[in-house]
Amino acid sequence: MSGLITVDDLTNEEILSILDDAERMLPIARGEIHLPILAGKVLANLFFEPSTRTRMSFETAMKRLGGSVLNLGDVSNSSVVKGETLFDTMQMMDGYADIAVIRHPRQGAARYSSNAVKIPVINAGDGAGHHPTQTLLDLFTIRSCHGTLEGLNVALVGDLRYGRTVHSLSEALARFGCSLTFISPTSLSMPREIISDLRNSGISIEETGDLHGSIENVDVIYMTRIQKERFPDEDEYHKVAGVFKLGSSDLISAKKDMIIMHPLPRVDEISPDVDSTVHAKYFEQAFYGVVARMSLLCRLLGVSVPEVSQ
Amino acid sequence: MSEEGMRRVTAIQNGTIIDHVPAGSSLKILGMLGLLDNRSTPISFAMNVPSKKLDRKDVMKVEDRELTQQELDRLAIIAPDASVSIIRDYRVVEKRTVELGDELTNVARCSYSNCIMNNPREPLPHRILVHSRNPLELRCAYCGKTQSVDDIVNHLI
Repeated sequence: MSGLITVDDLTNEEILSILDDAERMLPIARGEIHLPILAGKVLANLFFEPSTRTRMSFETAMKRLGGSVLNLGDVSNSSVVKGETLFDTMQMMDGYADIAVIRHPRQGAARYSSNAVKIPVINAGDGAGHHPTQTLLDLFTIRSCHGTLEGLNVALVGDLRYGRTVHSLSEALARFGCSLTFISPTSLSMPREIISDLRNSGISIEETGDLHGSIENVDVIYMTRIQKERFPDEDEYHKVAGVFKLGSSDLISAKKDMIIMHPLPRVDEISPDVDSTVHAKYFEQAFYGVVARMSLLCRLLGVSVPEVSQ
Repeated sequence: MSEEGMRRVTAIQNGTIIDHVPAGSSLKILGMLGLLDNRSTPISFAMNVPSKKLDRKDVMKVEDRELTQQELDRLAIIAPDASVSIIRDYRVVEKRTVELGDELTNVARCSYSNCIMNNPREPLPHRILVHSRNPLELRCAYCGKTQSVDDIVNHLI
């Protein structure tokens, strides 16, 4: 592995191995054990668009393992505003850091960056493209709750067109034989190239606009926010904003072990009264971002994760 | 050279003949070769000519210019069965075929407006990958968006 741009860069065995290592990282992520196995290593955090959880969890992951973090900081204070190309910015990272994490508003920026440098590059979201480290923590959450990734029924809901988390996650779930239900307004349906790849993988796919009719049959509901910032036209956004909402009263017919996930931030698609139900896993899911990223950083930096005992 | 289409247009002294082009594709081919805006190269073509191989085909003759193999390979996404003859002094001196490689490099920009490659100052090469050959599916190597043949023709570099 020389970097992670899409989930296609990982085999199923590598995914499971990263999840196993992440499991062992839990006491380190909670601060119960100090294990500085990345001491002396430097991570460059290059966030060209806003982030809370992804940027901070990468930073926490690196620091919990004894490594250091360089932050690009506010793009308006960097050479980007002077017209520096992404290529040139990345050239600098080759000299400053051992590994780079990039989030960029333009699709393909992560793959482009990985072609520009020798150090491993991790895609933390490229426009409406992919977000594979979110997928690792999503898979970790699903496996923790259901004990397996195989053969589950998963509903992905909301902005499937611009939502990069659902692009990466659906490709990974297909590889573990899950059945997928895509629930979105027609204007925000899954991109055709992803549908084409998923159909070629032979799994069952359903596309619908009916959230409530799908709840009783699924093991996982993966809600997403309608992303205002991705719409070229604000009128188009207002046509679909708030179209899917989940409240605790909608969950009466759900399986007992059905889980609700969300990459966060949420707006109004999950009512706060869902938070206290047994189904809500989104805050746990956000914490798992630390262990998933710890495990991935070790893998890409060639550092083995030892057995951890408290 | 014996087919009807070859006789419909005047023989050329020097240049390149492209035969077995899918009917109606001539203008796209000229675009792919950068010849649409060229005012100095004489070009003649016959369209919708009966063909044993393709049922109907186009034939093109480009005078005083021997197209390189690299130029010809661009045509593979439109005319994968094209056969090419290089003409010198009215004689065929070389026969070539077009070949679709795994990637088109610096042939066209990605058509997706939010792709990183739409910043013209980024220096890495424009790369379109052949994702599948049958049916033909092309994707940007960076953003992964599918590119139709028309997208390629409309975004030639």
